[in-house]
Amino acid sequence: MCTVCGCGAGETRVEGHEHHHHDHPHDHHHHGHEHSQDHAHNHSHEHHEHSIIRGLGTQHQHYGQGPARAHVAGLSQSRMVQIEQDILGKNNQYAQQNRRWFAEQGVLALNLVSSPGSGKTSLLVRTLTDLKEEFALAVIEGDQETANDADRIRATGVPAIQINTGKGCHLDAHMVGHALESLKPEPTSILFIENVGNLVCPAAFDLGEANKVAILSVTEGEDKPIKYPDMFHAAKLLLLNKVDLLPYLQFDVAKCIEYARRVNPDIQVLQVSATTGQGMNQWYQWLRMTQQMRLLGHPLASAATQTRPTGVQA
Amino acid sequence: MHEMSLAEGMLQVLEQAAQTQQFKKVKTVWLEIGALANVEVPALEFAFEVVSRHSVADQAKLEIIHLPAIAWCMQCGKSVEIKQRYDACPDCGSYQLQVSSGDEMRIKELEVD
Repeated sequence: MCTVCGCGAGETRVEGHEHHHHDHPHDHHHHGHEHSQDHAHNHSHEHHEHSIIRGLGTQHQHYGQGPARAHVAGLSQSRMVQIEQDILGKNNQYAQQNRRWFAEQGVLALNLVSSPGSGKTSLLVRTLTDLKEEFALAVIEGDQETANDADRIRATGVPAIQINTGKGCHLDAHMVGHALESLKPEPTSILFIENVGNLVCPAAFDLGEANKVAILSVTEGEDKPIKYPDMFHAAKLLLLNKVDLLPYLQFDVAKCIEYARRVNPDIQVLQVSATTGQGMNQWYQWLRMTQQMRLLGHPLASAATQTRPTGVQA
Repeated sequence: MHEMSLAEGMLQVLEQAAQTQQFKKVKTVWLEIGALANVEVPALEFAFEVVSRHSVADQAKLEIIHLPAIAWCMQCGKSVEIKQRYDACPDCGSYQLQVSSGDEMRIKELEVD
């Protein structure tokens, strides 16, 4: 069982033991939206004291949207409040703030997501080493514990900040906002946010990034994209890492790409090896072009080329 | 997946609503959950019960409104219902699908005192 959320019961499916997705016991409450007025709800609304609140009429009260979709005179109902709010609304607000800040500063923020051990940090270290002369770079490192990864990053000379999520299984936009305050990435820089190694939860939490980049290594199964569809659906680019090991493995690259396209027809796939450097130029080219596109028409665009004359060239 | 965070997010929304709409107790929460929202309902119920203890939503009941996942099939040129992101079109078997809804996670309405 996951210690964070206590999940593990409902959707756990054991092959050969298909159990049905909980026809849940609440069906009888299902607030008969279609009920006509004379059919008024068999809901138990015995709280007559609310008539006072109801009379005020100042708050957001909408009786036609109550459990019975109608207000029946004399039959008091508890006050219904329609709020229509996303559960992730709070996170999305913070994400919007981050996104606005990135846009103003011309910062290209990329959210790197993968399972643990896909070689995310090694790939990042190599990228930073190769590109630090060309671009201003910065890194936010997310891990459950330890600052090991941020230390590895800092060894390249690129500023990095570590976020330890403790019990959490993902970074959220609020954490990233705080990290930005102390990290202060340079205008027109590329910011890599290395998310917690987890192919499930980080898919749902927008950090304000321009794109999610998924990293999958060929030492994992080629069916990961359909095993963890949400993540691959959310990603713009898939880096297939450790391709130097392909001769020793039974990993079907074509099959893997086909699976990735099933969950995300638009996904771009690059085959790379952070160890040998194979394919890394394509990834750098992707970074250059993405950052160029982002800075097109941006007031800071000229500043970017002035301060870094070697930059933004193919 | 991250049901505990979601439950905390819900509680924040409820507490904010309690302030702006001036109520003291939440009795029922109607939640819209899409088929692709990646929310494990029993886990969410469990987490919500824990985080809402001694709060404005103590003992509140969760009512889940399941919403279907809809995708646009480019081959058929119409909307079809799917169960998972990697599903093929139920009619033509194509994977050229654009998911258009199903990842909703929304607090629809509340019954409050």
